[in-house]
Amino acid sequence: MVPMKRLAPLAVACACMVTAAHAADMTVGFSQIGSESGWRAAETSVTRSEAAKRGITLKFADAQQKQENQIKAIRSFVAQGVDAILLAPVVATGWESVLKEAREAEIPVVLLDRTIDADKSLYLTAVTSDTVHEGRVAGEWLAGTVGDKPCRVVELQGTVGSSPAINRKKGFDEIVAKHDNITVVRSQTGDFTRTKGKEVMESFLKAEDGGRSICALYAHNDDMAVGAIQAIKEAGLKPGSDILVVSIDAVPDIFMAMANGEANATVELTPNMAGPAFEALVAFKETGKEPPKWIQTESRLYTRDDDPRRVYEEKKGMGY
Amino acid sequence: MAHPSPLLEARGLGKSFLGQTALDGVDFTLRAGEVHALLGENGAGKSTLVKVLTGVHRRDAGTILMDGAEVAPHDTAGAQALGIGTVYQEVNLLPNLSVAENIFLGRQPRRFGLVDRRAMERNTRTLLAGYGLAIDVAAPLGRFSVAVQQIVAIARAVDLSGRVLILDEPTASLDRQEVETLFAVVRRLKARGLGIIFITHFLDQVFALADRVTVLRNGRRIDTVAVADTDPMAIVQMMLGRDLEEVESGPGRPAAAAGAAPAIAFEGYGRRRSVEPFDLAIRPGEVIGIAGLLGSGRTETARLLFGLDAADSGTVRIDGRSVRIASPRHAVALGFGYCPEDRKTDGIVGDLSVRENIVLALQARRGWLRPLSRAEQAELADRFVAALDIRTTDIEKPVKLLSGGNQQKAVLARWLATEPRFLILDEPTRGIDVGAHAEIIRLINRLCDGGMSLVVISSEFDELVVCSSRIVVLRDRRHVGELAGGALTATAIMRTIAAGGADDRTEAA
Amino acid sequence: MMPGTATRALAGALPRFSVLALILLASWLAFPGYFDVTVNDGRLYGSLIDVLNRGAPVAILAIGMTLVIATGGVDLSVGAVMAVSGAVAATLIADGQPLAVALAAALGAGVLCGLWNGILVAVLDIQPIVATLILMVTGRGIAQLVTEGAIVTFVDESLIFIGSGAVAGMPMPVVIAAVLAAAAVLLVRRTALGMFIEAIGVNRRASVQAGLNVRVVLIAVYVASGFCAALAGVIVAADIRGADANNAGLWLELDAILAVVLGGASLLGGRFSILMSIVGALIIQAMNTGILISGFPPEFNLILKAAIVVVILVLQSPQAGRIAAAIAARTGITRRR
Repeated sequence: MVPMKRLAPLAVACACMVTAAHAADMTVGFSQIGSESGWRAAETSVTRSEAAKRGITLKFADAQQKQENQIKAIRSFVAQGVDAILLAPVVATGWESVLKEAREAEIPVVLLDRTIDADKSLYLTAVTSDTVHEGRVAGEWLAGTVGDKPCRVVELQGTVGSSPAINRKKGFDEIVAKHDNITVVRSQTGDFTRTKGKEVMESFLKAEDGGRSICALYAHNDDMAVGAIQAIKEAGLKPGSDILVVSIDAVPDIFMAMANGEANATVELTPNMAGPAFEALVAFKETGKEPPKWIQTESRLYTRDDDPRRVYEEKKGMGY
Repeated sequence: MAHPSPLLEARGLGKSFLGQTALDGVDFTLRAGEVHALLGENGAGKSTLVKVLTGVHRRDAGTILMDGAEVAPHDTAGAQALGIGTVYQEVNLLPNLSVAENIFLGRQPRRFGLVDRRAMERNTRTLLAGYGLAIDVAAPLGRFSVAVQQIVAIARAVDLSGRVLILDEPTASLDRQEVETLFAVVRRLKARGLGIIFITHFLDQVFALADRVTVLRNGRRIDTVAVADTDPMAIVQMMLGRDLEEVESGPGRPAAAAGAAPAIAFEGYGRRRSVEPFDLAIRPGEVIGIAGLLGSGRTETARLLFGLDAADSGTVRIDGRSVRIASPRHAVALGFGYCPEDRKTDGIVGDLSVRENIVLALQARRGWLRPLSRAEQAELADRFVAALDIRTTDIEKPVKLLSGGNQQKAVLARWLATEPRFLILDEPTRGIDVGAHAEIIRLINRLCDGGMSLVVISSEFDELVVCSSRIVVLRDRRHVGELAGGALTATAIMRTIAAGGADDRTEAA
Repeated sequence: MMPGTATRALAGALPRFSVLALILLASWLAFPGYFDVTVNDGRLYGSLIDVLNRGAPVAILAIGMTLVIATGGVDLSVGAVMAVSGAVAATLIADGQPLAVALAAALGAGVLCGLWNGILVAVLDIQPIVATLILMVTGRGIAQLVTEGAIVTFVDESLIFIGSGAVAGMPMPVVIAAVLAAAAVLLVRRTALGMFIEAIGVNRRASVQAGLNVRVVLIAVYVASGFCAALAGVIVAADIRGADANNAGLWLELDAILAVVLGGASLLGGRFSILMSIVGALIIQAMNTGILISGFPPEFNLILKAAIVVVILVLQSPQAGRIAAAIAARTGITRRR
């Protein structure tokens, strides 16, 4: 091993020179959490297509929700000598030693979609959405839509204690606090699922005078909104007009609902985290320019004016 | 007698459960250095008396004195502190711990805060030597025979308490030789001045071991007498409150007509590591006794006959037709029945009612799609409760609430309800009081008069001799002999076992 | 029925119905409109209807679970089987297959899952909790394979009707649960099956020796449980017009077991009552609906639910009954003094 060790810096130097010369020939390892949701599946497929678009070779490893699988995958990427690693971490802690190994091998790591509790020097950058900002975008849309009219809002929260649930509530509440005419009258968890979203919405409707006193629904994700829309319809009201519906994620089904006039707006959590990550990596490899430690993805607002049917068709092909 | 104050004395003990009187003004004295037998039918109050004495049950009335001073134990530990130890029929020790650990459980000798295993094992060896037991004290208790476990339990109880020892049916699952070993231990303790209360069903054991006997019936004390001044007949009459019908002296059943063709014929039937191949031909109306020591293959034979274990050699012919018995279901379909030895684990279905327990096998044979109506079930249950004199307030009572003998009769009723042509009874009278015992033997005779064939397995050779037409003798998992006619005596059985038999497995065709 | 059994059954039912009544009453105190039932769009509408409608899937699971638990077993796979059957139904119907085909395939998948569990338990003698754990874990994976990781949505009105239609004003899931419960009660009590199941649960060895076909009965109860789970899965999918392989039936096996326990059955097997288990399921749902409508912050949901369950179980424990009686007796004495 001694000669190898001695040769290692040289080898890395060579590798750098080679990649600098042919940035498009990069090989990138991607350790994905799993496929626990449609959004996650879309992220995987978008990452693949973004890589293909740039001529990057992608090595994909599905961790099936287990950190030890991710650690194994990273070690194997290091052993294979990839040019960079994308990591969508399943948990926030416990990454120090494996990321140090990557750093020693001089392989840059980019975090996708979630951050970790570790020294910032252990990764090149993190590409994530700002979930507080998502809540703000939803709140601002509602405030702009209702104007000065009083509006009683019911809120379907995500899983209690999860960070997107906490942050999406926080961002929305910030905007609501600035508008005295808007109040959140009921807030319950729908566990991010359609079934619970529908069940909880049913109870909101009962508790709020059959739904007649509700002006808008804010759901922390589209799935709960889709469930709630059915509950509203079954209660004899028109979602989208009797009760405004705004939610987050921008999964295909909510565009179908918007096209049918049953939902009003959604804030996109883009599955394209890899695009900005690849751009940062290519820039870093070619010019050595360090990107900022956090690359925030756009939280784009979609409304009925954005041709929801077309977006639906586009999104459907993304593997949601 | 001129004892200033007895070791243990109870005066006017009373106890009732939910309005039912279990003990009614019972007086009882135990002297140092005596074995005092407690006799009575099941439900007479023997266990309740013991449990009140040891504080397991709180008494409703009466006083308990030890050395003349009033005591009030609240639980087993309190009783132990007073010097009263109890050993139950089902040994309450932990079979997967070593003998030494069992003896010192909860009070292990310690050294530097750790269990001093060596001291513990040394002390155990010394302790058990006093009982004439030289065994590997580091081995798990469960590896030893029930008799050894029983003695270990006694050693622990005596070591913990040391003045009064209560033995609750200790001999129920022991064979003759083991009983003798146990008796030797009891005599040794008696010589050391312990007072011993001895609960049993076996009259001969009372006469072999006890000094005095107290008979209970329906929660009352009938009498306390010195064993030397009484005889078995008198005691049985006290227990039953009536004259015993001549059970023990009846003649054996006549052998079935020699010419009759066997209804069921097992040939070369056996199973490796269980029972060596044997031939057994059963004629209608015949009672075949199976005798042998514990572990000689008696129960294994029964399990083979009933299809609980699959035979790996031999054939079965019923009415000349070859059949296969691969499971109890096959056996039941062929009209077989089996009352197992261990009624608690293999026989009764405790939470179900007496009615359901009685109809279970018949219903199983009919299949789930042809249910007996509630009325049919009740009619069947009522009939057998009356016929077998099953003591229960109600056929809807869970069978686990019945006494042991009545549970046994319920299992018997289950098979009789199927009108079997062949019934196997494994230890039908074990743990059963004298009255039920007599009834069951009478019943066996009646059934066979009706053409049913029976195989009866029993450790009570006298009982076998009384009711069997033939007796098959087993030793070391082999059928070693068959006795019939004039040769049918308990002595002959024992001789056959001892001699290893003349190996005359003759087919009386 | 014999008078003795009838009284005993009534004595067993009374505490459960009172618990249910108490929870409904508490919900009414928290939300005065709780008992209002109106007719809306040809269907009954109100919180009580929600309790029945939302409780139906767990009630259906509880029917199968009752039989399994009565044999001394447990079926942890029902939640995953729901996901499988929902996925199968949704995928086929989205593929343009007729309702009958989709339903038959979904229910058939449930029966197959039950058969698998039953064979593991009855033939291979694997402990039920371990045997059904296998499918609990892999079932959801199978469902994800069927849906290819996405939520498969559909617009077929006939399938949607199963989840959110109504018959004579009653939501379809309630109607299905009621019919299934009646059929199950008839099946086990009008044949000897119920007795066989109880006998096996109390003492399997004795049942074998009595000539019962224990294996077939055991396989049958797991098949029944699989069938019930499949039906519940179809209802849940039809309700949200989509099969969510990740979330459908998630943790519902625990609710089903809890329902059976609240219904008074012992996890050790033996006596069972399908109707009481359904009351148990309604108790759970009444609790859920009550919590939702009370407007407590969601952080308290689980704590509140756990506290109520503990109280109910303590009330049901015979030991607690004795302690309560002793306290009552003692306070009675002090009062007399």
